[in-house]
Amino acid sequence: MSIVRVEGLRKSLGPRQILRGIDAQVNEGETIAIVGPSGGGKSTFLRCLNGLTCFDAGSVGIAGFTLEPGTPPGAPQLRHLRACVAMVFQSFNLFPHLTALQNVSLGPLHVRRQSADAVRERALALLTRVGLGDRGDARPAQLSGGQQQRVAIARALAMDPRVLLLDEPTSALDPEMRGEVLAVLRDLARSGMTMLVVTHEMAFARAAASRVWIFDDGRLVEDGPATEVCDTPRSERGRALFAPG
Amino acid sequence: MLLLLALAAAGALTRIEKQGELRWAGDLQGGEPYVYRDPADPARLEGFEVEIAQGLASRLGVRPRFVQNDWSNLLPSLARGDFDVALNGIEDTPAVRAQASITRPYFTFSEQLVVRRGFPLRTLAALRGHRVGTLASSLAHAILRTTPGIEVVLYGGQEEPYRDLALGRTDAVLLDSLIAARYGLTNPALELADPDVARGTYVAAVRKGEDDLRDALDRAFFDMDARGELAAIFTKYRLPPQPSGPRETVAEPTARFDLAQAALFLRGAGVTLLVSVVAMALAVPLGLLLALARIYGGRTARICAHAYVELFRGTPVLLQLYLLYYGLAPIVHFDALTAAILGLGMNYGAYEAEVHRAALGAIPPGQAEAAAALALTRWQQLRLVLLPQALRTALPAMTNDLISLLKDSSLVSVITVVELTKQMTITAVDVRSWALPGLACAALYFAMSYPLARLAARLEARLGLPELPGALQEAAA
Repeated sequence: MSIVRVEGLRKSLGPRQILRGIDAQVNEGETIAIVGPSGGGKSTFLRCLNGLTCFDAGSVGIAGFTLEPGTPPGAPQLRHLRACVAMVFQSFNLFPHLTALQNVSLGPLHVRRQSADAVRERALALLTRVGLGDRGDARPAQLSGGQQQRVAIARALAMDPRVLLLDEPTSALDPEMRGEVLAVLRDLARSGMTMLVVTHEMAFARAAASRVWIFDDGRLVEDGPATEVCDTPRSERGRALFAPG
Repeated sequence: MLLLLALAAAGALTRIEKQGELRWAGDLQGGEPYVYRDPADPARLEGFEVEIAQGLASRLGVRPRFVQNDWSNLLPSLARGDFDVALNGIEDTPAVRAQASITRPYFTFSEQLVVRRGFPLRTLAALRGHRVGTLASSLAHAILRTTPGIEVVLYGGQEEPYRDLALGRTDAVLLDSLIAARYGLTNPALELADPDVARGTYVAAVRKGEDDLRDALDRAFFDMDARGELAAIFTKYRLPPQPSGPRETVAEPTARFDLAQAALFLRGAGVTLLVSVVAMALAVPLGLLLALARIYGGRTARICAHAYVELFRGTPVLLQLYLLYYGLAPIVHFDALTAAILGLGMNYGAYEAEVHRAALGAIPPGQAEAAAALALTRWQQLRLVLLPQALRTALPAMTNDLISLLKDSSLVSVITVVELTKQMTITAVDVRSWALPGLACAALYFAMSYPLARLAARLEARLGLPELPGALQEAAA
């Protein structure tokens, strides 16, 4: 059963076409790795899915909501959608004035309006799940990049999202910190969370994703099971990306 | 220097003959009838003192030359040697005698009590417990201060005391007959209650030690008086008749910088602190509102907020205070303290708006995106994510503004609020010294601003994000 369905998605910035008509769908529980060269439209596509970027034509159906072209990113109706579709950013975007625990608790407290005790307990559990159960009182500035991104993932999970969007979650990290974040993501994928991950980590895509999408120049040029796309890419772009050596 | 010494030794008269002119000083701001610019020809000076100066100079065989000088600083400037004689409604008081050598009086006036028409209290003694307006550092001020139970309201200009009296902000005005005739009794709503509360005289002042000049001026005055020239000048400028008959002139009480003065200083500091802190408490939310309107508002809100900021930043706060207190008086009747707080608050609101706007603009856009992606409402994004970060960024600038406001608040003395600086000026004139009151004033300002700065620094540290590279490495390891 598809939880994300995108049809004819188009987006231009001035004269530049960023997305040239994307058709795609995601089934519940799938992990999609979106790969491809920079400037191919991957991140823009992801941001269209929760309305952070508005698109010009086509339609997006996600978690039971439908997004119309031209909906401004501040539109109030987007809140219902965003309560079910969480996002993790490349640069973490943790709130620097709040502790890790407060970052994770903010959504459930103020959007879900759950009781403070329940929220705290759940937030601690989530921090423990990402391996930071003992850093709840730390401010973001006191955490390493990898730790910050893990807090950000816990913050996204705290909303009990039906879909998790991750925009290059490891690109801002030093190589030695990527492993800890990817481990969390692999764990999430196994647990059945529906995820769309824009990434440059080909090994991660091959090992953890159910399907791999290749974006090139605003088009979805390849869509198939991870092993198939990674081992025997059909598109030229895919062969360039997954060329051995 | 040697030349100056030589000239001084040769006497003031010789010096004046050498320079060929008698440099006399007054303040054009005092206006009619003393010395003012001819409205038809602003290059020409008019006023009874201009004609007296002409009469004096011609008797010394030189030309008169006018030197503009702020009235309250006439005597210090005279002592500095900026001019030869101060001739501008200077009252014969012990304070003046202490600082300069004075001529014989050339004009006698009475201090007159003016009230609203039909007002029942018609003597100073009866006005106990009421508000009485006058000019700061005048003879009338000295009289009022020694009359027990009267609440003195001090002004900087001659017109404002009568305007506030008509508006009911005060119950009487005590000023000399020249000012009363020209600015007070011209208002049909006001009338004379006591025409002769006390008497005073105008004298000209020369530097101490220049007795030869003083004697020459005395002879000149005597001659002008004897020939009826003085009387003719006074008639020409429609000065009120000089009171005749015996009446003791008041001796200004000699004040000392004692405990009572110190208490007044503390009171002034209290007013300064109250005005500044409350005005700032008004300015910060107002500025925040303006900044939010400029960033998130619709077209109209943006334009209005922008116009407000430019208007209030671009015009003098002094003018705004005047407009609020006097200009709006027919419509809204603020008391002086309220007008002071409102005026400064509204003015500083414009500055705070820019501080908040800059602070909000400095937040990385990812913060708002992350907040929006969490499904927070616009207002929650602001309240929970953006404003706490912006306020922290804005805190040093706001502290700076508060300390600046603490000192700018001295401007509110133009609308009769006696705060620390005004109290210092009053005391300095009373005790005839600027040193001790000035020092006390500076010490009190510092005693207020320094703890504020410390408090802000501590707040900053508490709100601050601890930048601990050590902790970061430890965490990374």
